[in-house]
Amino acid sequence: MAAAEKKDDKNNVVAKLLGNNLTWSVVALIALIIICTIVDHQFLNLSWNDNTGGLAGPLITMLQESARYLMIATGMTLVISTAGIDLSVGSVMAVAGATAMQLLTNGTNVWVAILVALAIGLVIGSVNGVLVSILGLQPFITTLIMMLAGRGIAKVITSGENTDASQVAGGEPLRWMANGFILGIPANFVIALVIVIAVGLVSRKTAMGMMIESVGINQEASRMTGINPRKILFLVYAISGVLAAIAGLFATASVMRVDVVKTGQDLEMYAILAVVIGGTSLLGGKFSLAGSALGAVIIAMIRKTIITLGVDSAATPAFFAAVVIIICVMQAPKVHNLSAELKRKRALKDSQKAVAA
Amino acid sequence: MTDKQPIVVMKGITIEFPGVKALDGVNLRLFPGEVHALMGENGAGKSTMIKALTGVYKIDAGSITVDGKPTQLNGTLDAQNAGIATVYQEVNLCTNLSIGENVMLGHEKRGPFGIDWKKTHAEARKHLAKMGLDHLNPRAPLSSISIAMQQLVAIARAMVIDAKVLILDEPTSSLDANEVQDLFAIMRKVRDSGVAILFVSHFLDQIYEITDRLTILRNGQFIKEVMTKETPRDELIGMMIGKSAAELSQIGAKKARREIKPGEKPVVTIKQLGRKGQIEPTNQDVYAGEVVGFAGLLGSGRTELGRLMFGADKPDHGEYMLNGKKVNIDSPYVALKNGIAYSTENRRDEGIVADLTVRQNMLIALQAIRGMFNPIPKKEADEIVDKYMKELNVRPPDPNKLIKNLSGGNQQKVLIARWLAIQPKLLILDEPTRGIDIGAKAEIQQKVLELAAEGMGVVFISSELEEVVRLSDTITVLKDHKKIADIVNDDTVSQATIVETIANSGKEA
Amino acid sequence: MSSAAVTPKAEKAKGGKFDAQMIPTIAAVVIFILMLIMGQVLFGTYFRLGFISSLFIDHAYLIILAVAMTLPILTGGIDLSVGAIVAITAVVGMKMLNGGTPAPLVLVVMLLIGAAFGLLAGVLIEEFNMQPFIATLSTMFLARGIASIISTDSLTMPANNGYAWIGGEGWKIIDNPKIANDLSINLGVIIAIVVVVFGYILLHHTRTGRTIYAIGGSRSSAELMGLPVKRTQYVIYLTSATLAALASIVYTANIGSAKNTVGVGWELDAVASVVIGGTIITGGFGYVLGSVLGALVRSILEPLTTDFGVPAEAVQIVVGVMILIFVVLQRAVTAFKKE
Repeated sequence: MAAAEKKDDKNNVVAKLLGNNLTWSVVALIALIIICTIVDHQFLNLSWNDNTGGLAGPLITMLQESARYLMIATGMTLVISTAGIDLSVGSVMAVAGATAMQLLTNGTNVWVAILVALAIGLVIGSVNGVLVSILGLQPFITTLIMMLAGRGIAKVITSGENTDASQVAGGEPLRWMANGFILGIPANFVIALVIVIAVGLVSRKTAMGMMIESVGINQEASRMTGINPRKILFLVYAISGVLAAIAGLFATASVMRVDVVKTGQDLEMYAILAVVIGGTSLLGGKFSLAGSALGAVIIAMIRKTIITLGVDSAATPAFFAAVVIIICVMQAPKVHNLSAELKRKRALKDSQKAVAA
Repeated sequence: MTDKQPIVVMKGITIEFPGVKALDGVNLRLFPGEVHALMGENGAGKSTMIKALTGVYKIDAGSITVDGKPTQLNGTLDAQNAGIATVYQEVNLCTNLSIGENVMLGHEKRGPFGIDWKKTHAEARKHLAKMGLDHLNPRAPLSSISIAMQQLVAIARAMVIDAKVLILDEPTSSLDANEVQDLFAIMRKVRDSGVAILFVSHFLDQIYEITDRLTILRNGQFIKEVMTKETPRDELIGMMIGKSAAELSQIGAKKARREIKPGEKPVVTIKQLGRKGQIEPTNQDVYAGEVVGFAGLLGSGRTELGRLMFGADKPDHGEYMLNGKKVNIDSPYVALKNGIAYSTENRRDEGIVADLTVRQNMLIALQAIRGMFNPIPKKEADEIVDKYMKELNVRPPDPNKLIKNLSGGNQQKVLIARWLAIQPKLLILDEPTRGIDIGAKAEIQQKVLELAAEGMGVVFISSELEEVVRLSDTITVLKDHKKIADIVNDDTVSQATIVETIANSGKEA
Repeated sequence: MSSAAVTPKAEKAKGGKFDAQMIPTIAAVVIFILMLIMGQVLFGTYFRLGFISSLFIDHAYLIILAVAMTLPILTGGIDLSVGAIVAITAVVGMKMLNGGTPAPLVLVVMLLIGAAFGLLAGVLIEEFNMQPFIATLSTMFLARGIASIISTDSLTMPANNGYAWIGGEGWKIIDNPKIANDLSINLGVIIAIVVVVFGYILLHHTRTGRTIYAIGGSRSSAELMGLPVKRTQYVIYLTSATLAALASIVYTANIGSAKNTVGVGWELDAVASVVIGGTIITGGFGYVLGSVLGALVRSILEPLTTDFGVPAEAVQIVVGVMILIFVVLQRAVTAFKKE
């Protein structure tokens, strides 16, 4: 008896693991690493670079790149949880990067430049928040407008140039943020991870996470429990704006140059994909920051894989679009119902047989 | 009657949802030129049966025969093609289009250049006239006429296809008495033209006025088909709830009235509180330990008044006094902060947060008034959840289950626990027993009395006069968005008293 | 039992003539006229026939896209893929022309590619319950990605291609002696006009069109009324994507070259045109002619901002702000109507 129970327990654990999105994400990540290692035997090599004071190798550059995805995916997770979307993250990255680079070339102190860039991210996010929460506009149209206008703002800030601050003295802290190392691990990855964990702790240790989910599941019911849905909506868009600004700093500081067209381009899609991979439904509700974080790393890994396989980088958006489509199709109720329907039919047949017998 | 052939025969209909048999071998026969009522309590399977006949649900077993031909119904279009037209409780028309467009949608008259609007509107006018609605301008926007009138337009629309069967699913729930008579006039016209009508209503008076034949369902099972004229009311009710008439009179002895002592101060007083278009300025007192029943038909303003007292809608008129002090209740948050809770009649859309757990659903209101960044300590939370799981007998007793997986009655209990957790001074319950099984119903009614006995002020809103009369100390009667009477609920008061009050108030005016 | 029994209550049509929902459209007309007058007064060229002609010839593609976008927005959906479909069809078209494929075949292939993306969007939305904006965002990335895979170069049309005449000089209707002041029209403009007429007939004189409005009013009602909602949704996304391919044909014929980055942000120009033209972004109300008007407002914005010396970068911001203002205006009007 006891043994049987134990076996049941074990089956449960396995079933739970198999049903968990995180498990599948980890499997996908490992699979990608294996593919890369087969193609490029040096892929797993790690070496110590004395010049930078950190580890070097393909995996490390992958982590470096993932930092920006971690930021926008975290913001996007909270927004999507409220049944919204933030299509402006890529443009906010460009605006924040443009701000920082332009200020640096104008001779502003680097810390001031960073703070101003973050503040601008906060302002854009807040504008999104006000439009969605107080005016009640649809999130996708609001942030779509901001995506368009944001690019314009970035271009206005730099007068249409791709401002280059690499020759400007005093930019070291920013440079370190993107290219430096903490205990041998890329600094931006560590910073991003700390921020993700901080957001995770705040949302789960306080009632913020539950309230965000509650608003995403049923806004009117949430209002009736005394939650102020407007406050929550405003909050998530503001957070998303700030985090996108950080991502913009990461993206521009690695080369100390902003490309007003390419910085953050297509990244709203990556963020959405990371969130979807992480198991948060695009219809809102329950969210998993850990899932999205893993999703963000997978995005970076997919990009690395594309490069390792020697596929033209132009194919990347098409590839990501295909992945989004596949995941959304798999999440679709129709596909879920299909298996449920089959089970139902089978059970029905069984019971009929039983009756007949 | 025996020579008549039924136009629709549904035999042994079984529909299963994961885990439950919503219908189990149910039969239904519809005869041309007859109004047939589907009777049963909430959850008996009436709406599932209708959905089977309109092709919304696929049947797992049984057969549907229309006009003698076995018929498969996959989708609403199939049903329409088979001559089955449906009008639902909520008007399912498009308010962005004109009356005529709504009537003719999908059946527009076409000329050489696509739709010929002149002909189409003329046709619409013809169909409206058939229903006695010839005074309506087909080119006017649908949104310009009342909901009741829209309901009648919906019938005109349904009959465009020359239906043999017309299904009316609770069409009267938002209509007043005059509007119901308009509807019945149209129903008689349609019936006399040889159409079979399937009618669902919760109002027994209406059933006895308009129907010829009844099919009674209970818990997804077929109970009986009877002729209306040959079936006394108590027998019908007995069949619907599965108890004999004698048993029925046993339950629900009136509770002893709580006397208000002279000089006693009410917990809540509203003075001329109102909101345009929803409820006219109203005065109301609620004393500690008192149950105030709100009685009135749907749309009478009973829910609107409850929502106003909770700040769910902002009042545009009047004053709110709490323990003699003036307060400004303009949002649910402020109301909850002040110890006023409101349990909605619309459990699914405004009550439960479906994808959260029972535990989260219980604690969410308390958490909201404490503040987002001031989490309830785990120990306190455990105690609260544990207490109410037991006290309200929530089944299954696992607080970590998602609330959406609970039955309606248990969801309702969790919601009541949510409001009790903030320890309210005034609890407003809007239809707390609607759509739940009898066991849970009795438990909730019992709980209301206990709460009042412990000194809580309770407002009890219900469409079932029986429970209002049984539970309330005073009864506020509403009609047409207006309070029309305060009735002290002593031994002389019965359901009839309230019905008369509502009926007579119109005559004076 | 007769009609007399019916309560005579709130039956009269509301105002009849004036509908608050017309306000944004009226605003668009006023804005367009003001912009024209302002341009004429300040810069003196805006009433010239040549200016008007080039306004239409250069923006025929936008008029087509505006009509295309009107359909999904009327149902409360959106098609974000139109710009990317312009890109992929343009790149494929140019490649084929350069490879010596006869022009008629090229045109057919371009239209079919557009239709294929529309079909894909339709399948994702209807069969897999994806929200329209997510589905078309995916097809947008897919289309643009494939375009980039095919070529990232600027492709020029070969000479004597039998294609460019669509967007060529066209015919002079009024031949003014002054240079660049002729009223002329080309096939592209004619195609745009045909598309507008097609859109108008589709929406107002076919059952499919009425179903589109019904879906925008309430999808569940439309379904319960037995309207072919699913089929109509397919028609909508197929049409919008195919029209995007047509816009691509008109545009490339006019410009004579194509690149994978063509049409970036055009979906927003189309949305702007539709919204400025008075179609409610949440669906159920609007018209094709309004969208044409919106497209003209959007078109005239470019010369106007240039003449004012507004940096080209800022035009995007202006467009963004314009969409925003109109969406907010719609929201206010809808709220007002509810009251």
